[in-house]
Amino acid sequence: MTPHSVRVTVNGRVYERTIPPRLTLADFLRHELGLTGTHLGCEHGVCGACTVLVDGTSARSCLMLAVQANGAEIRTVEGLKAPDGSLHPIQEAFRQNHGLQCGYCTPGMLMTLVEFLGENPKPTADEVRDAISGNLCRCTGYQRIVDAALDAASRLGSRES
Amino acid sequence: MKPPPFEYHLARSVPEAVGLLSRLHNAKVLAGGQSLMAMLNLRYVHPDHLIDINRIPELDRIEIRDGVLRIGAMVRQRRIETSAEVRRSAPILCEALQHVGHRQTRNRGTLGGSLCHLDPSAELPALALLYGATVHVAGPSRSRAIAMADFMDSYMTASIASDELVTAVDFPIWDERHGHGFCEFARRRGDFAIAAAGCLMERGPDGGIGRIALAVAGVEAVPVRLAEAEAMLRHQAGSEDVFAAAAEQCRSLKAIGDVHGSAEYRKKVASAMVRRSLASAWERSARGRGR
Repeated sequence: MTPHSVRVTVNGRVYERTIPPRLTLADFLRHELGLTGTHLGCEHGVCGACTVLVDGTSARSCLMLAVQANGAEIRTVEGLKAPDGSLHPIQEAFRQNHGLQCGYCTPGMLMTLVEFLGENPKPTADEVRDAISGNLCRCTGYQRIVDAALDAASRLGSRES
Repeated sequence: MKPPPFEYHLARSVPEAVGLLSRLHNAKVLAGGQSLMAMLNLRYVHPDHLIDINRIPELDRIEIRDGVLRIGAMVRQRRIETSAEVRRSAPILCEALQHVGHRQTRNRGTLGGSLCHLDPSAELPALALLYGATVHVAGPSRSRAIAMADFMDSYMTASIASDELVTAVDFPIWDERHGHGFCEFARRRGDFAIAAAGCLMERGPDGGIGRIALAVAGVEAVPVRLAEAEAMLRHQAGSEDVFAAAAEQCRSLKAIGDVHGSAEYRKKVASAMVRRSLASAWERSARGRGR
């Protein structure tokens, strides 16, 4: 099938590739760009592991074609750390609160929370649970993830003030 | 690669999209992709051509004119959910959208996509039916407007031709003092509804129920209006007994049973959702503003 040229900015860096139209954004990030931080669980829009930010809003990269991202700005888990390599406050909160065990769901959790905490800097535990309802975790029982998200909110809040 | 091979076409305007649809064989429209992409990944569908309508600005508008809220087919669900205009004019849409999938899917999923996919448990088709909404459709030779009741052909099948494209949906705005209620039961937050009910209500001059609309999703093959219950409720004062009696109409629905719930169970849940949505709409209409 006719290949298409795309130009996509990922974590601030511009990539140009010629790709088959049926390539999903998730496979594009992982296989074409080697950015394997974005994980694929179910590949049909249920698990949320592949969540990335497309022009600032969270989306499942398995439910989007890479050709559709032409001209877009994508942010993945690789783009969270500071230029000096130190962890993003949400990552730090996950580490401190044991917000992960196997880590498979973590990139999707983190990217969802980047968007959510940007919109709602002081969430309740219930609001956090609602925000991550589209991200499945089979290890933690979610409690530590919710703790981490609430801790991340206060870390981000104190950073700004 | 998960999806089967297809040719990709990026349409820049409605005439271009409709032209592609009428020219190409076995073509599918790609809107938000939150159902179609999953179906492609699972290879449930094998289109030869995908026509992407994500970059057609005229499909992306929300406007209020002459008492009608018009929402473009490509307006994302999350934008409807958070729109101040929608919250003012049709607050039930914002309330119901919180039950639609998850934030990531609402960020991409669209109004037109949901209506065309027509999942029996989907909220947006039920809301369009609740409002008696009008669906605008563009075709190669003419455009037409279809009442939502006629737009629904059968299980997951909209009555539009393969060369037609949904462009916008008109929701007639109710009096600003109307009350609304939307209640849904699902096994987990964001899951497909076992059953959901929506209600719009205006008080009459006697303080009782005046104008009313009641719709249920997740029970029959397509969403349904409960016309008998609506007729029974008109001119009545709201009470638990009256609402329970009206909700009895759910017993006569032609419910579909599946792995998530038997037909009988769905009817019971629907009845409870109807009672709750009625109570909520009644109380909000008393306060004078359904906000």
